[in-house]
Amino acid sequence: MSMDNFGLYKLMHEDAPKNNNPLLEQPTLAKTHTTDPIVTGTSVLAIKFNGGVAIAADTLASYGSMARFRDIERLKSFGKYTIVGASGEYSDFQYIEEQVKQSLIDRDYQLDDGRSTTPREIYQYLVRVLYNRRNKFDPLYNVLVIAGYENGKAFLGQTDYLGTHFEDVTLATGYGSYIAQPILRKFYSEKNGNITEQEAKDILKKCLTVLFYRDARAADKVQIAVINDQGPKIDEPIKLETQWTFKGF
Amino acid sequence: MTTHISPQMASSGTQHGKFEPYVNNGGTTLAIPGKDFVIAAGDTRLSTGYSIHTRQSSKVFQLTDKCVIVTAGMQSDASTLHKTMHARLVHYEHAHGKQMSTEAIGQMLSNMLYGRRFFPYYTFNLVAGIDSKGQGVVYGYDAIGSYQSVEVGAMGTGQSLIQPLLDNQVAYKNHQLVPSKELDLERALSLVKDSFTSAGERDIYTGDSVEIAIITQEGIKYETLQLKQD
Repeated sequence: MSMDNFGLYKLMHEDAPKNNNPLLEQPTLAKTHTTDPIVTGTSVLAIKFNGGVAIAADTLASYGSMARFRDIERLKSFGKYTIVGASGEYSDFQYIEEQVKQSLIDRDYQLDDGRSTTPREIYQYLVRVLYNRRNKFDPLYNVLVIAGYENGKAFLGQTDYLGTHFEDVTLATGYGSYIAQPILRKFYSEKNGNITEQEAKDILKKCLTVLFYRDARAADKVQIAVINDQGPKIDEPIKLETQWTFKGF
Repeated sequence: MTTHISPQMASSGTQHGKFEPYVNNGGTTLAIPGKDFVIAAGDTRLSTGYSIHTRQSSKVFQLTDKCVIVTAGMQSDASTLHKTMHARLVHYEHAHGKQMSTEAIGQMLSNMLYGRRFFPYYTFNLVAGIDSKGQGVVYGYDAIGSYQSVEVGAMGTGQSLIQPLLDNQVAYKNHQLVPSKELDLERALSLVKDSFTSAGERDIYTGDSVEIAIITQEGIKYETLQLKQD
């Protein structure tokens, strides 16, 4: 049964309630809800710097403990000013990108008034979508990080499948909240918030390396993206440098 | 929604857990009414389990020029409740040309919470304001809308540490001799600060900082008190 994660086989066969309508031969499938994430992405990290926000994630989508899809993008640009990073169920993130992004970003073009949806608007909208789905007991199993730069102001916020939401100067989801967040918070306070774009990218890269060493669901292929007054820029995936020659190994 | 766990799934280690829609995000709130003032406060730590999400998430929400609400419990339910209340209050002001009275807000919140009786907001609220007689008033609620006016109210993860002490020091419970001197703003503020400092010592969910709203006939002033970050 290991490949039948939703128990659909049983539903479609001996267990399925028979439809009494003789015109319908098909057995009815009960409405199913996501109870567990299946294909998942691990940590997303982000930090504010002078004039923007840097955000990073690896390119792996796992199927349980299997490294199922090794070259997927977990960072997506949402319009002119925003990048959204996702951990958790990857199909739910694809749904969010298709449905939510369409309804928000396409409207910018349709209205044709030269205005674009701001990072905070996208953040609030995503919070409401995720909270609404938890109210239906049919959650979108993600933790999203929303990074933006608009009107000279950096934005960094997080929301999860319960609708819990907050803003901060550094953020990390999943395993990263245990391993990377303390490193990022310390770095930010030591620098007194005075961080250059390069320093931000470097510390994220360092955190991703630490995560790759200790998080069994993390990969060494990562993307680092930056959002500043030039708009969103998501770099091509890079390979992390690792060192395995210690005597202890 | 029913979740079947078949013997095959259990033996193969595949478990379909039931979705849990509630989480306690921790934190403490406190409110003390006086003769012509009221103080409401909440810490700014936001946690789930042993993780601190952020150290600067507000639990205090201003409803009118002389009324605030402080909410402990689940953060997403709290912010939804605050937003819905805000919408109702804006609507009221447009319809009636004046802000809703603190007493009416008290009853409205009870109705809104009871309206969700069968899928409750996981929130523990204190409404603090100046009433129509110009006196300070605090209403305390349970998650499903039962409410009463209180002499002192504490809610959230630090409630058990703070409430009994303030019952004694503000409401003078279990005193043989009740002091005739009424509570002044200075003493109330000092009790609020000491309460949070002490709760922060023993409750892992209380800390970082406290946002304090001081409401008088003149308006609302805000103060911030830094707490320990450990």
